[in-house]
Amino acid sequence: MKFLPDQVVARLQTGMQTPDLSGTRYRAIELLGQGGMGAVWLAQDSILQRPVALKVLAAENSSADLASRLMQEAVILARLEHPGIVPVHDAGTLPDGRTFYCMKLVEGKTLDRYALKLPLRERLRLFQRIAEPLAFAHSRGIIHRDLKPANVMVGSFGEVLIMDWGLAKVMATTGAPSPTNPVPRQVVVDLEESSAATQISGGAFSTPKQDPGHVMDATELYPPAKQVSGHVVDATELSPLAKQVSGHEFTRAVQGSLKTGALAPENPTAHGTVLGTPGYMAPEQERGEVNLIDQRTDVFALGSILKHLLQEPPGSQEHESYSRPLRAICAKATSAGMSARYPSVQDLAADVGRYLDGLPVSAYRENIFERMARLVSRNRVAVVLVLAYLFMRLLFILFSRR
Amino acid sequence: MSNKIVLGLVLGGVLGILDGLTAWFTPAVRAGIVGIVFGSMFKGLIAGVLIGIFARKVHSLALGILFGLAVGAFLAWIIAFMQHGYYFQIMLPGAMVGLIVGYATQKYGASSQLQRA
Repeated sequence: MKFLPDQVVARLQTGMQTPDLSGTRYRAIELLGQGGMGAVWLAQDSILQRPVALKVLAAENSSADLASRLMQEAVILARLEHPGIVPVHDAGTLPDGRTFYCMKLVEGKTLDRYALKLPLRERLRLFQRIAEPLAFAHSRGIIHRDLKPANVMVGSFGEVLIMDWGLAKVMATTGAPSPTNPVPRQVVVDLEESSAATQISGGAFSTPKQDPGHVMDATELYPPAKQVSGHVVDATELSPLAKQVSGHEFTRAVQGSLKTGALAPENPTAHGTVLGTPGYMAPEQERGEVNLIDQRTDVFALGSILKHLLQEPPGSQEHESYSRPLRAICAKATSAGMSARYPSVQDLAADVGRYLDGLPVSAYRENIFERMARLVSRNRVAVVLVLAYLFMRLLFILFSRR
Repeated sequence: MSNKIVLGLVLGGVLGILDGLTAWFTPAVRAGIVGIVFGSMFKGLIAGVLIGIFARKVHSLALGILFGLAVGAFLAWIIAFMQHGYYFQIMLPGAMVGLIVGYATQKYGASSQLQRA
């Protein structure tokens, strides 16, 4: 029996994974990243003559629910038109049956790499920019649920993009109030969570449009998903699966959560669980209390990112001691209790902004000495001028007495 | 945040009063302290208004400081000229007050457009 050389096996594997783009406008160039569920390919759009990124479901994972989830991610991204969120150009099914979507090719570095050598103030300003697209997503009722430095890209011109919305949760069909929909309705759709899925399939709410607190069928929110896959996850498709991740027992888990975290290999998110990334997951997310998840869950993750950004870069000469207000901001954002956190990412970013501007932050009550020090630090030139004036006056008085 | 002109007026007036009060430490002029304080305050008010108006028109820290310095020094020169002496003792503090007001109005005072917004 003759074994094939490793290179040949690797080549065959690559060949199997390469999406069949025949008859499409795209031409695969190279594999950018690969995870358990799918892969992202650099491709050339032959019509518009530009490079794009194709996110394609892995051949072995082309089940209908996963295809539906990938499409859901595409639909969510398409709803979030914001400079800080990667735009989706196209979505559909390839000739080989695999679901894909096409998005802008983002060239840049992940946040952890980009921020490595930045001074503290620039890191904090960068942090503020991360909050903007997130706040926009929240205003559209979408919770990211997997924020971490590896999911934030900083482009060549310093533009910040939040990536990987594969775990995003739709909280509400808020959008902008319109004449036909003056008051946004609160809805919960979470295809990964078994209880929500039970409600979706149970048909317990027969008059959804009259009940502002009802749980909507995913197809109400995502008609394109239905058209593409004809599939809505229900409870019978979800199998309980508990997985130990970083010492936390996840009791609620579902089969087939589409996870693209493999593009960030340094912080992979475990496959097949109700998820986020340990260290960035809020306690309610770790406990699998999906009904509790709201924008404060992302506030927790954002607070964890802030903590990460405050870490001293390796080999750094500037030993900045992070002041108590900054530590207090981190502590408030990452409070175990949801009610103790900032109510929104805007509030968190605003507190960081206040710190940068030398203003008191809401998370920290300073004493009189700290207040004085902050005021002097903020108005250094004015203080120097007044001191110079007083010194001059003192000299005049001393000389006039001689 | 106060208007730049109001800020200049208040700061010029207060610094003018303080400037005038320091004359008390000079025994030779102590008898006329009230007149000196009022004169100094008046000078400070005029300088403050002029510097405040300039700050509203010109948004430049460097130019604001220069203008404040010049106005403060010029008004102090007039006082010193009327006093027939003490040029250095009057002009240096006067110029410093102008400089401080020039800096403050550029840095802190809200422009009228911002206030309307």
